[in-house]
Amino acid sequence: MSHGIVWKYGDNVNTDVIFPGRYTYQIMTPEEMARHAMEDLDPAFAAKVKPGDVVVAGKNFGCGSSREQAAACLKAAGVQAVVAKSFARIYFRNAINLGLAVLQSDEAVDRLETGDPVDIDLARGEIRSAKGTFSFAPLPASVLGIIAAGGLIEYTKNQLKEREMEEKQE
Amino acid sequence: MGRTLTEKVLGRKAGQDVRAGEVVTVSPDYILSHDNSAAIIKEFGKLGVKKVKAPGKIVIVLDHIVPAADEKYAQNHKSIREFVAEQGIPNFFDINAGICHQVLPEQGFALPGLVIVGSDSHTPSYGALGAFAAGIGRTETACTWATDEIWLRVPETMRIDMSGRMAPGVFAKDLSLKLIGDHGAEMANYKAVEFAGPSARDFSVGARLTLANMSAEMGAKNGYFAPDDKALKWLEGRARAPFVAVSSDPDASYESVLPINLDGLEPQIACPHTVDNVKPVAAVAGKPVNQVLIGTCTNGRLEDLEAAAAIFKGRKVHPSVRVLVIPASWLVYREALRSGALAVLVDAGCVILNSGCGPCLGAHEGLLAAGEVCLSTSNRNFRGRMGHRDSEIYLASPATAAASAVTGRITDPREFS
Repeated sequence: MSHGIVWKYGDNVNTDVIFPGRYTYQIMTPEEMARHAMEDLDPAFAAKVKPGDVVVAGKNFGCGSSREQAAACLKAAGVQAVVAKSFARIYFRNAINLGLAVLQSDEAVDRLETGDPVDIDLARGEIRSAKGTFSFAPLPASVLGIIAAGGLIEYTKNQLKEREMEEKQE
Repeated sequence: MGRTLTEKVLGRKAGQDVRAGEVVTVSPDYILSHDNSAAIIKEFGKLGVKKVKAPGKIVIVLDHIVPAADEKYAQNHKSIREFVAEQGIPNFFDINAGICHQVLPEQGFALPGLVIVGSDSHTPSYGALGAFAAGIGRTETACTWATDEIWLRVPETMRIDMSGRMAPGVFAKDLSLKLIGDHGAEMANYKAVEFAGPSARDFSVGARLTLANMSAEMGAKNGYFAPDDKALKWLEGRARAPFVAVSSDPDASYESVLPINLDGLEPQIACPHTVDNVKPVAAVAGKPVNQVLIGTCTNGRLEDLEAAAAIFKGRKVHPSVRVLVIPASWLVYREALRSGALAVLVDAGCVILNSGCGPCLGAHEGLLAAGEVCLSTSNRNFRGRMGHRDSEIYLASPATAAASAVTGRITDPREFS
């Protein structure tokens, strides 16, 4: 379990404002990506966000481009989870593939405001705050294996190794 | 109970009967990437395998920043060309081909019944020809190169039931904006969108590509038209592989059905800074514009350039406006040269750029300064997308773009008919 404070935004936060297109084809280190996180939505975010903080937003978080940096930059900035009413589908996949927790809870989004301290317990599926404890929908079974491995790269590496072993045995 | 096109296509690939909501693992027919292949190659390098599993399935099209705008982009392109040679990837298109979402259909990769994944959010475009096509991220693309497999949740389907006929001056782009404006940018999140109904057959393949492309802005996983005679005829002489055309059964199960009558549809425009902030063009007419962009994977096809040329013929671009025109592919470029459309555009004062994404994603070729207004035929108007965060982007059809370029202000194209 870890804690941080809430950064709250509205509906339809798109990938262009999370990570502007002008940087997308310049390959960057995670640290460089973190410096541009949320640049066109909240220019103060990148300088002030602390490890463990939580981004809270409304519907359709991460809509727009498939750019993975929009998930990578938040993870690199130390954001432990994004809590939203819903996520755009490519963003949802990208976040899981990179090991960034994406949690859905209408109640948490309605109640939490910027600056609220929160604790997130991924194992128990709970978001705790002075305003109450909010549970979130468990992630689909199909993606738990990817998260358990620490992201899709590690998961795929393990899979490829297993296959190689099987082929050798045959 | 019957099956939807998406259930059939994914079921056939998975080798089992599947319904919406199930998760299947499939081997895709094609895996698309573009300039972001440079980043994908880096991820691929972490997987501990030397060779991609199925080089013939990988399609790489350089289109985002072509030609390279600076040393970094040049280095990216170089690393992609080297990887393509090393891995023996046969389907590589360099800087003189066009936008991937135009190149894949016209080069016969986008076919009915195929499963295509791509590391670009507008990959659903190929549904125009009856394929299942969905966008994925870079990491996932790298892993699919290595494994030739991907898991997909079979989406529920929303059916757009189209009846009636669009009036002159009204186009597929206006219809897509009307739908998104009325129902919101997440109207089809995680879903398949089927463009159907008695009017579906009236849409040209180009118009279908526009609608399937814009399904991404509805949040859709895939968007499609059933492959009919018009689609099959268009594919004659293009198809690179055998294919099986499938359509939804009459008794397929839809999550929802949205009826829309095209008869009274007016030209539409998405206002800053979201695609669902849509109004009739007439409601914002008179707003001065600084730049007009005609092109992109949404509206850069021959019929789009010709719709613009019909308005520019015998007229000039307004002196306070810069017009950028980008044919979606070199094939379109050559066709527009032959048809005379490009000559009309050049004579009117438009700037013609190399086929590619141009300034749409804000990386090069005509970015916006603070306070500037751009009317674009592209698909996104998010804050800062095409330049300064205090610039504004309006989205509309090529006809509305051309009419506005002539007057210098947002203008309903029906005034020119």
